[in-house]
Amino acid sequence: MSKLQLITKGFIKDNPTFVLLLGMCPTLATTTSAVNGLSMGLATMFVLVLSNIVISAIAPVVPDKVHIPVYIVVIATFVTVLQFFMQAYTPAMYETLGLFIPLIVVNCIVLGRAEAFANKNGVLDSALDGIGVGLGFTCSLTVLGIVREILGSGSVFGLKFISGDGILAFVMAPGAFLALGYLMVLFNKITKKNK
Amino acid sequence: MAIKSNLKNMVIVLTAVCLICSSVLAGVYAMTKEPIDAAAREKTDKAIALVLPAFDKTEAATVETDGKEYRYYSASKDGETVGYAVESSATGFGGTLSLMVGITVDGKVYNTSVLSHGETPGLGAKCTDDKAFTEQWKGFDPSVKTLAVKKDGGDVDAITASTITSRAYTLAVSNAVDAFKSITAQEDVNNE
Amino acid sequence: MEFFLIIISAIFVNNIVLSQFLGICPFLGVSNKLSTATGMSGAVCFVITLATAVTYLINSYLLVPFKLEFLQTIAFILVIAALVQMVEIVLKKISPSLYQALGIFLPLITTNCAVLGVAITVVTKEFTFGLPSHMLNFGEAVVYAFATSLGYGLAMVLFAGMRERLALSDVPKAFRGVPIALVTVGILAMAFMGFSGMVK
Repeated sequence: MSKLQLITKGFIKDNPTFVLLLGMCPTLATTTSAVNGLSMGLATMFVLVLSNIVISAIAPVVPDKVHIPVYIVVIATFVTVLQFFMQAYTPAMYETLGLFIPLIVVNCIVLGRAEAFANKNGVLDSALDGIGVGLGFTCSLTVLGIVREILGSGSVFGLKFISGDGILAFVMAPGAFLALGYLMVLFNKITKKNK
Repeated sequence: MAIKSNLKNMVIVLTAVCLICSSVLAGVYAMTKEPIDAAAREKTDKAIALVLPAFDKTEAATVETDGKEYRYYSASKDGETVGYAVESSATGFGGTLSLMVGITVDGKVYNTSVLSHGETPGLGAKCTDDKAFTEQWKGFDPSVKTLAVKKDGGDVDAITASTITSRAYTLAVSNAVDAFKSITAQEDVNNE
Repeated sequence: MEFFLIIISAIFVNNIVLSQFLGICPFLGVSNKLSTATGMSGAVCFVITLATAVTYLINSYLLVPFKLEFLQTIAFILVIAALVQMVEIVLKKISPSLYQALGIFLPLITTNCAVLGVAITVVTKEFTFGLPSHMLNFGEAVVYAFATSLGYGLAMVLFAGMRERLALSDVPKAFRGVPIALVTVGILAMAFMGFSGMVK
């Protein structure tokens, strides 16, 4: 795989949300608006890139039997670092995303990339892989956020284009499942046609 | 690829990783502690400034009413107390609804501000920006009006389709008013 | 009364899957058959309750007194991982039949965000999901954890029942698999919204 492919594969081919179905919880919970989806995606990417770099660097000296606990500790460290930075510099966003920031630790995407890619590849490739998958995740979250915001609040990135409320259900829990389900159908349709 | 595991290298690696990670975290924690506190302080200061008339000095304290402890800030201008900003909360629709309630010395609510909430976006979350709801608190006099939503026989206009949020909001304000009474009672004792 | 409110709120009103979006991956992953769904729910129930009790104690008697709250995330996830391993070993020894029923689900639970989610929720004041507005005490925390996991089981079993039916019906091609499942969960979540407002 070329360097460019490492970065672009996350958008369509290995899209973590629509193809691999990983990290569903934050995908559904934090996409009440486009901005929230985007922030959650970037937060996950931050952890993903850094943990990929560190794990690829230390993988050769980690004994096989304890590799999972070691990776989890590394990931948890970066998540906590992220928590502190967000609390300090973007407190409002930290409150909005709330519980889902510490829960990046158990996001299957992060541990999944560590297991599937970072422990077998070099530091640079792992960093690019982190960026690629992170961008794919951010992209899907933002799209889902945009769709839910348009339907639910009649606005995009906070800019209102209709007066009134929109279909509130899309901001609430049921709308998250429905919107993701239908987006997935659309995604399947489009990618099938391309092949 | 990973090296073969034996007890010795497993223990060494795990211990080393945990030690390094904890020290990194301790470092970052120490580094960000100042900005985190500053951000929290700024948020409180902003809320106090919003709910009270102009002041130049605030002092934090706590008061106990009905077995619950309330944190409040007494604000003064040129040494004269202008009012109290009371932090108060109640259980809303999606969790705790925390308010900063500003009460001037004459016992009237000056303004209110939401500190944090878990209400539904588009419904209960309107308690932060729905003018018809938030404006009614300005100058609300609890000695004349009843602190309950109209549905329950009070004088508070509820947010459309969000009675539970409105009730919680009203309850939080009413708690703050009770706390205010305890504060003034306490101060009277101190002044005598 | 307080306990009763916590239980009803955790099971129906703030159902962990259908309104808090926790533990979705295993929820979609193992809900194909009613029997596996029941097994998974049992294992989750067991682990959430135990993990919450242990992490609550660790937090209040170890992390808070020594001002080590910044290690919370690391400590909790390690405790949960270790606990799951231990439960697996103990279960294998003392109750092979229970191990047979729950065993294969146990390793999956470490990365179930519902477990870490509940553990963090009960010790953090800011992340309350329809909970009383004060810090939970130990008893309330455990009851909340248990009730939450019952809610998890309820959603899981309901959904598995639906999916067994769904497997027999003719679904348009692009909808097959996860998309139709998500749409179904959406409708189920709508049904659960009817409970909202029951506990104020």
